[in-house]
Amino acid sequence: MKTKKARFITSMVTYGVVIALYIVLTIMIDNKSISRTLKGQLIPICSWIVMAVSLNLVVGISGELSLGHAGFMSIGAFSGIVTSGWLLNGFEMEDPTLRLVLAIVTGGLIAGIAGALIGIPVLRLRGDYLAIVTLAFGEIIKNVMNCVYVAVEGKALNWGFLSGDLPGTLLLNGPMGAVKVKTISTFTAGFLLVMFTLVVVLNLTNSRSGRAIMAARDNRIAAESMGINITKYKMMAFVTAATLAGMAGALYGLSMATLVPTKFSFNESINVLVFVVLGGIGNIPGSIVSAAALTILPEKLRFLQNYRMLAYAVLLILAMLLSNNPMMKSLWKRLIPGRKEKAEGEGAMRA
Amino acid sequence: MVFLSNLVNGISLGSIYAIIALGYTMVYGIAKMLNFAHGDVIMVGAFIIFCAAQYWGMSLIPSLLIAMAVCTLLGITIEKLAYKPLRQATSLAVLITAIGMSYLLQNTALLIWGANPKVFPSLFNLDTIVLFDGQLSIKGETLITIAANIVIMIGLTLFTSRSKMGKAMRCVSEDRGAAELMGINVNTTISVTFAIGSALAAIAGLLLCSAYPMLQPTTGSMPGIKAFTAAVFGGIGSIPGAMLGGVLLGIIEILGKAYISTELGDAIVFAVLIIVLLVRPTGLLGKAVREKV
Amino acid sequence: MSEAKIRQNTPMVPYPSGAMVPERDLGSIPVLECSHLGIEFGGLKAVDDFNVIMGKTEIAGLIGPNGAGKTTIFNLLTKVYQPTHGTMMLEGKDMGNMTTVDVNKAGIARTFQNIRLFDNMTVEENVRIGLHNQIRYGMFSGILRLPKYWKAEKQQHEKALELLNIFDMAGLADVRAGSLPYGAQRRLEIVRALATSPKLLLLDEPAAGMNPHETEELMGNIIKIRDQFQIAVLLIEHDMNLVMGICEDICVLNFGKIIAKGTPDQIQQNPAVIEAYLGKRKEAEA
Repeated sequence: MKTKKARFITSMVTYGVVIALYIVLTIMIDNKSISRTLKGQLIPICSWIVMAVSLNLVVGISGELSLGHAGFMSIGAFSGIVTSGWLLNGFEMEDPTLRLVLAIVTGGLIAGIAGALIGIPVLRLRGDYLAIVTLAFGEIIKNVMNCVYVAVEGKALNWGFLSGDLPGTLLLNGPMGAVKVKTISTFTAGFLLVMFTLVVVLNLTNSRSGRAIMAARDNRIAAESMGINITKYKMMAFVTAATLAGMAGALYGLSMATLVPTKFSFNESINVLVFVVLGGIGNIPGSIVSAAALTILPEKLRFLQNYRMLAYAVLLILAMLLSNNPMMKSLWKRLIPGRKEKAEGEGAMRA
Repeated sequence: MVFLSNLVNGISLGSIYAIIALGYTMVYGIAKMLNFAHGDVIMVGAFIIFCAAQYWGMSLIPSLLIAMAVCTLLGITIEKLAYKPLRQATSLAVLITAIGMSYLLQNTALLIWGANPKVFPSLFNLDTIVLFDGQLSIKGETLITIAANIVIMIGLTLFTSRSKMGKAMRCVSEDRGAAELMGINVNTTISVTFAIGSALAAIAGLLLCSAYPMLQPTTGSMPGIKAFTAAVFGGIGSIPGAMLGGVLLGIIEILGKAYISTELGDAIVFAVLIIVLLVRPTGLLGKAVREKV
Repeated sequence: MSEAKIRQNTPMVPYPSGAMVPERDLGSIPVLECSHLGIEFGGLKAVDDFNVIMGKTEIAGLIGPNGAGKTTIFNLLTKVYQPTHGTMMLEGKDMGNMTTVDVNKAGIARTFQNIRLFDNMTVEENVRIGLHNQIRYGMFSGILRLPKYWKAEKQQHEKALELLNIFDMAGLADVRAGSLPYGAQRRLEIVRALATSPKLLLLDEPAAGMNPHETEELMGNIIKIRDQFQIAVLLIEHDMNLVMGICEDICVLNFGKIIAKGTPDQIQQNPAVIEAYLGKRKEAEA
């Protein structure tokens, strides 16, 4: 682990780079010097960054493999869409910013509650069994969302499950998903959400609770012997991640005119996991880079046309093979000053 | 009667899951990795049979044999190229590589055969068995599927307990280092495991597409996930567990869709899995590993 | 190197139930009372009829051949294993329903035979984990960086260095724990356990891998810890110099059962103990 000073600097640099990028991109948007494709991807990139950072909290900091993270994004997305539609149609709230904020908060809260409920059974299991159960929950959420119908009538919300014969304006139409969403998400909102996520995750990690979460990851039995309640801290990471994922989902959902529940499938969960692994497990700044880069990459590979996804797959495999090659690893270690630590330790002892 | 019919279909679907699950569980036992690409090897096998039967006019057995040969080769190649170099890496790294491999197979299939679903030819020319004065009709394929599962299960159990290679596989699963010191060729043993799993995948592909004749590059994906959950459900690493998990999963899926809700069929399957794992945290037949303190 | 060998000659007096405790501890509740404690694994009694009473500031030793059940007893005391027989009491409180976490909060801390440090954390961070329940603040105080966070972090930092100074390790605070030499790792584990403010410290082979000089230092440090923090120490050891030097009461285990209990002098002359370690004398060699 880096020293406190090094971690502080890394955090500050991360914030700085994100703020700088926001400023630069906003200027480019104003100058119309940004490509249309990139402009359209800005909000999704923000969402995926939040997804990747929050998943890294579970996988990297807490050390548990979650294969159903997209499920929380789904809950957040559709909760957010319903909230926005309800506020608009039922309470005539015209202000898009207020609606967006309330939608994101609601999406996060509901996803967080789902995370707590799901966490109770999930976190009792270990290793691959835990992973499988997260996968199972992700699929259950997708399946269930496919059967949910919501309509707003006056100030009331009408719910339907498995049948969509509801009075009022339809907001969610079962397998057809969200209906005629007013896209109120903005890049600024995305940037603020990313900053919020970074503050939450970085501050949590560098705190007493974060240390407990990492101790529980590194050596469960030792941590327990130190009086650390393993389940409590695993839940903390899991629920925080779920809440953030829900917020990302709300942002994402309110940037798409149409959205179907099957969009949030196992494939999306795996995508986010790939961002996390390629960016470095436990490496928060890394997740930002990989989420952004890997969202842009498929577009950049468009010139390959039909070979695009194939190229992506090959690149992914090569990236994994190269980064885990023992030769590359020792090369990397020599470049990093971590080598000094061991010498210091032994030297001091002999003094 | 309807119940019996559903039950039989459930056992049949479950048998397919079981055969696929065997591939997952054997590879996990020996290489401690989840071979995500396994579901897509099934898809490749199905496509090979499709081509063999449709374009080259071959009958059942030759098509199956060609598919088994291709899949076996494919499985061994994937292992040598992508998984062997990562034997010392973290399991997460291998998982992502396997996912990449899965994408690779799916997209290659997409390029070769296109996205339009193909109709899988009917290769089994078997009569439908009619029982109980016509109230219960069982297709020949269904029985063949169940029979195939039983035969494979018996064959594999005998193989792993009696044959030299089977014992080698069990040794490498338990303690790779010790196995090497005993003179067992670990690389060959692992390759054989992948080979067997992949050959079984070809069979699974045939049976799957005979029962559900739509074939696309993504055909292997969902059955792969379900079979993988079945393997964990039965206790990952356990061969009887994979069989039990697979069959039970198939039964739960069909009965769930028939009696509770078709739309929620998958949700029911996964919900049952979760409940079982809560009661038996290492799967139905899995062993709890005690950590030494 | 000091000339005088460390040797404790503590007057031991009988506690009401008959067991021996240090005279100075007679007025306090015994820190640990185990009664017929045992655990059975499918027919095999790994530990059987373990009875012990430890005074509040007693240093006691648990010795015996490998596989005798010594670490199993530690695992029972910390509820890593649930006993199948008998009772345990910590300062009079029944430990029957406690979990490992509860046990530590109630006042027992331990080190491990196979060293369980948080290798990827620094030395100071390892100690801070020990301070987790001693100097606290909540999740939200941490995220929002409230004043409580800054105050508590400073306190933890200072306390951690203070504890590390017992073993002169404060200078290694930022070194990665996994890269420390073996002896330093063992010492760090002790500091970490101490950070949890225990009433009873369980040390599992603390001198393993240490040379005689380091062992002497360790012996002095254990006594210093006992005197400074007024706690009891139960240690498992194979190094007889250490055991005979600092233990006031020794319990000898073989095949899960106690075969002898007493002061160092008594134990050294006990024929059952000699037999357990060296085997039966051959008739011809008499």
